[in-house]
Amino acid sequence: MGLDIRTPIGLMFTLIGGLLAIYGLVSDPALYARSLGLNVNLYWGAFLALFGLVMLALGRSAKA
Amino acid sequence: MTSIHLAGIDYAILAIYFAFVLGIGVALKRFQKTSEDFFLSGRSLPAWIAGLAFLSANLGAQEVIGMAASGAKYGIATSHFYWVGAIPAMVFVGVFMMPFYYGSRARSVPEYLKLRFDEKTRGFNAISFATMTVFSSGISMYALATLFAMLLGWDFNVSIWVSALIVLAYITLGGLTSAIYNEVLQFFLIVLGFIPLVFLGLRDAGGWSGLKERLAVVATANHFAPGAWSESWSHMTSPAANPMGVEWFGMIMGLGFVLSFGYWCTDFLVVQRAMAAHSMSAARRTPLIAAIPKMLFPFLVILPGMIAIALTYQKGTSGFALPMKPDGTYNYDMAIPMMLGHYFPPGMLGLGLTALMASFMSGMAGNVTAFNTVWTYDIYQGYIRKNASDAHYLWMGRMSTVGGIGISMAAAYLATRFNNIMDFLQLVFAFVNAPLFATFLLGMFWKRATGHGAFFGLLSGTTAAAIHHGLTLPKAAMVGIKGGWLGAIHIYPSEMAQNFWTAIWAWSACFAFTILISLATRQTKTDADLKGLVYSLTPKQAVEAGPWYSRPAELGALVIALVVVLNVIFW
Repeated sequence: MGLDIRTPIGLMFTLIGGLLAIYGLVSDPALYARSLGLNVNLYWGAFLALFGLVMLALGRSAKA
Repeated sequence: MTSIHLAGIDYAILAIYFAFVLGIGVALKRFQKTSEDFFLSGRSLPAWIAGLAFLSANLGAQEVIGMAASGAKYGIATSHFYWVGAIPAMVFVGVFMMPFYYGSRARSVPEYLKLRFDEKTRGFNAISFATMTVFSSGISMYALATLFAMLLGWDFNVSIWVSALIVLAYITLGGLTSAIYNEVLQFFLIVLGFIPLVFLGLRDAGGWSGLKERLAVVATANHFAPGAWSESWSHMTSPAANPMGVEWFGMIMGLGFVLSFGYWCTDFLVVQRAMAAHSMSAARRTPLIAAIPKMLFPFLVILPGMIAIALTYQKGTSGFALPMKPDGTYNYDMAIPMMLGHYFPPGMLGLGLTALMASFMSGMAGNVTAFNTVWTYDIYQGYIRKNASDAHYLWMGRMSTVGGIGISMAAAYLATRFNNIMDFLQLVFAFVNAPLFATFLLGMFWKRATGHGAFFGLLSGTTAAAIHHGLTLPKAAMVGIKGGWLGAIHIYPSEMAQNFWTAIWAWSACFAFTILISLATRQTKTDADLKGLVYSLTPKQAVEAGPWYSRPAELGALVIALVVVLNVIFW
């Protein structure tokens, strides 16, 4: 159908994940009292960005 | 009620999501050349995309919030909706029914009924289905806008208009493909947005063993055996032994057989996703591929509710508790929203709310795309303008998308004033839906079933549902919308038990009357007419080449084996 859906999914998660991870690095650690002391923004953001990159790679390899 | 305050980063995540959803619609616009492109994605999608969309279209916000609420209220027995209900039904539709849906080249479920039976059966199904979809999308729009108003202080009107306009934009631009592509995106967003929530909640509750101990406190406080919230089958021997108030027979027959098969096997909202697949094999694999993540969904949507109630009875370190309603009962519907606000810091909170928004939009888009297809092909082309050009029907598809969303919005506003009307409508829809599976089962597997048999069988099933509802009442309920309006001769231990038995009666009446009336009337369709529509007159599917996991029968068997294992683990 012309557009490989993995490309926009990959882009979106890379963007959101990157944003969360950066925010996790610069934000006040006191914020994470409510998430039981875990910097969920950093960890989960990094995971989402990784997921996004895998999706992007899959979308690319299908095209080639 | 504690309100949640969003930070800039939360809005940024929501904005990124909106931009991508709209961008997908814009990117797909140039591929919408014929009505079949618009309504059926040109029957070109690979199985995994159709499969994830199949799953996501059903995963509306009401499903997410409602399943968590049931998890809190009834515990792990809620998993029967998945492990007894949905999964076997999805395997059945993929392995046994899809050959007729896809093979007949029908463009919708009502159109299949026309080919198999007659015009009146199709008309009845098309009109009731179209009405039902727009109203249910209106009801969920109302529920979401109310939730956001309470939780975030967003204006009710803004929530309704923004969400409606975004869904409208991406469907009119890119048709079903756009809805389906977005459903795939939303699927990942929902899963990836809720996993950390379950993780944090479970950690707070002390892991699975800690959760089980806390749930034992919940169960004994409510006068049940300690395992009533954490064991799915052990307490199903009598309605009094479990919080659902149902016993295994009513549950398996009512929920498993009648309601779940009725929904997953006949509802065009989900079947449409499989019809959009690129081949028969892909169409058959669509529900089977969907079944694999679906069977894990209880951990994503039911578990949070169980965690919420467990922590309410016995506090964790973070002090989470469910809020109360004004009448002093727990507000179970707030389990997921309150957990989002409690555990997620700014940033993740934006992701969690975006996931909630995504589930709402995928549910709404599912309703709207099913509506515009049934309206255009079955009602407009069927009864209003038969022989127009394809370009005209494509135009009508876009117009009916606008119309469908308009009616949904009107229904949402109606619900703010007359909540009872919505309850009443949902009740009527339940009566109309309950017997449907009997009609399809007989239609597909008994060639003697006639058009008159199907139509009057359906009517008698709906009537039986209404009569049963009128004669029974759940415990401690008032006569009226809950039943008993013909004089209550039987009291069920719970509303759920009443629903299951209403469905069983409706199905049985439809099954019996369809057979009787079919035998008494003449079959107007010849065997040649019915080729490809009925099991005995359709050439057997050749055993497909390729690895075992790409063959529907083998894949179906694997799915069933896995779901049996899940049932046993949480017995």
